[in-house]
Amino acid sequence: MQLLEKLTQISGVSANENEISEYIINEIKNHCDEYWKDNLGNLIVHKKGDGKKILISAHMDEIGLMANYIDDKGFVRFASVGGVDVYTALYQRVVFSNGVEGCVCHESKTDLKKDLKFTNMYIDIGASSKSEAEAKILMGDVAVFKGDFSVIGSKVVSKALDNRLGVYALIETIKKISSNTLDLYFLFSVQEEIGLKGAMASSYSIKPDIAISVDVTDTGDTPGCETMDIKLGDGVAIKIMDKSVITHKGLRDFLTRTAKDNSIAHQFEILSFGGTDAGAMQTTGSGAVTGALSIPVRYIHTPCETASVSDIEACIKLLCEFCKKDFIFA
Amino acid sequence: MLKILTELNAVAGNEEKIADFILSQVSGYADDIIRDSMGNLIFLKKGKKQTSKKIALFAHMDEVGLICTDITDDGYIKFDCVGHIDDRVLLTQKVLVGDDELPGVIGIKAVHLQEKEERKKVIKKEDMYIDIGFSTKEEAQKHVSKGDYIALDSPYVRLNGRRFKAKAIDDRVGCAIMMELMHDKYDCDVYFCFSVQEEMGMRGSSVLTRRIKPDVALVLEATTASDTAFVPEHLYATRLGEGPVISLMDKGSYSDIALRKFIVGLAQKRNIKYQFKLTSNGANDSRVIQTAGGGCVVNAISLPCRYIHSAVSVADGGDYDEMKRLVRAVLNDIGSFIEKGSEEA
Repeated sequence: MQLLEKLTQISGVSANENEISEYIINEIKNHCDEYWKDNLGNLIVHKKGDGKKILISAHMDEIGLMANYIDDKGFVRFASVGGVDVYTALYQRVVFSNGVEGCVCHESKTDLKKDLKFTNMYIDIGASSKSEAEAKILMGDVAVFKGDFSVIGSKVVSKALDNRLGVYALIETIKKISSNTLDLYFLFSVQEEIGLKGAMASSYSIKPDIAISVDVTDTGDTPGCETMDIKLGDGVAIKIMDKSVITHKGLRDFLTRTAKDNSIAHQFEILSFGGTDAGAMQTTGSGAVTGALSIPVRYIHTPCETASVSDIEACIKLLCEFCKKDFIFA
Repeated sequence: MLKILTELNAVAGNEEKIADFILSQVSGYADDIIRDSMGNLIFLKKGKKQTSKKIALFAHMDEVGLICTDITDDGYIKFDCVGHIDDRVLLTQKVLVGDDELPGVIGIKAVHLQEKEERKKVIKKEDMYIDIGFSTKEEAQKHVSKGDYIALDSPYVRLNGRRFKAKAIDDRVGCAIMMELMHDKYDCDVYFCFSVQEEMGMRGSSVLTRRIKPDVALVLEATTASDTAFVPEHLYATRLGEGPVISLMDKGSYSDIALRKFIVGLAQKRNIKYQFKLTSNGANDSRVIQTAGGGCVVNAISLPCRYIHSAVSVADGGDYDEMKRLVRAVLNDIGSFIEKGSEEA
């Protein structure tokens, strides 16, 4: 869990993934044949094999805020990077890439029930003038929400479990696979939260036969939530559908058989909103047979995202069993 | 040049006239020219040195406009918009219809004839019509057909000082700057790309990008300025007279950070005015260029423009000159940015 803790606490707002990708390189460089970064910053890790070309992706980026205006009194206006909810953002602590901290506040006349929006919110970074603020941060600088990593019973709580869980699962898989027939490309993608950009570009250049993305999914097991047949602790979720993709039935069945044969706890995901890299990989270029594995997470896109350790382990196990295959479904 | 370019009509999907004009002006400066199946224009200018990376400049040739959807029995033209135009800026505009550019006006019931309640409402484009002076369908059909393009009719006019009003400032400024910069020779190979159908969802540039597969692209655009009455300062987006706008992020793309810092550094070194956009709305060709060809480092440099997507867009000549200086500086120095990038990798 130490590695997971470290991964969640690194800042990596969409398009600012350099620090997280360098950290990943350090973890995997002795466990692959080659790795490289492309123009967008995607990290591609190759474990060569003679079989079909498989692309397995997990996005490295997380949601955050971008400073876009500093007023005369040193308050910072901002835009969201990725899907940040105004109410979730309110009164959160944020940290800029250079360590400067701030609180997200709202113009006090705002009617919180009706009219809260980013344009009437600001970040207080403790500066008392424009020049003092500009000495600390520049326009365009990004911040993440603070959200420490903690283990609570059989669960972990942190910011950025979306999608450092996927990143963690890929790193562990890369380390565990020693000889593979399949030609395995692992993609640590950029800019998923702002429109699947990294996966779109990367799958265009890699041209895989089969693509699988590993990301998080919502659950339906908390008080007063929308009905959804996913529970924390019930295993890795094999995606059937979300707003970005309907997965390939043959690949989905193959993953399900692999899970059953190896007694890996699994469930099936139908998500009525949101999407993932799989959506981009399925249709880019001349297309790929596409599937997705998801790790159930409660309170997605908040600083207290919560996941079950056993689901994470199930995901890694299923990925490893999949990567060990010397054939792909008939 | 801006006068000629903005007064040419090229509603998205109908860019032939402007493409012909650009070809006639700058073909002599290119080492290779491609006009593709969609109508995109690509001019390759070979550099003085060999470079491993491909540099591309993009500007779109198309503009927002209208298209004829029907002719009424009494000879009026019904229309739809091509690209996004606010219904409110259409009323009582002068337009030019079809290839022969027949003059017309977008009509509305006279104020005397409107009920009190009617005067308070915004009239939708579905309820508007174009009057080209005919009184029967038969007459009108001799000159106009369904599918004919209709352009806003709005001559280029100098305002006080260095400001000017025109239609299609978005994105003839990008075209004009690229045409001027093609006269010079640069160290690196540069692809000058004039795209079509940006206003319809960046359709041209996606095809262009897959053909060229650039490593570094600079998009030259016009962007919203809202430094006008009744807008609080932190929602200004951009301001006229404060120089070209270097992109941070918008709805379509997040500009490459290293390239942004390189451009900002150059502007500071050369004393070129620049600004950032304070809001994150809108999108441009960057969105597809960034991902369509396997991944490309992208930024956009834009001219601040008030009342964009209307016939009375207003921009500043000083901003235009600074934008040209900045883009020229980037092209002259881009080699050092690329080398730095490859060292890091």
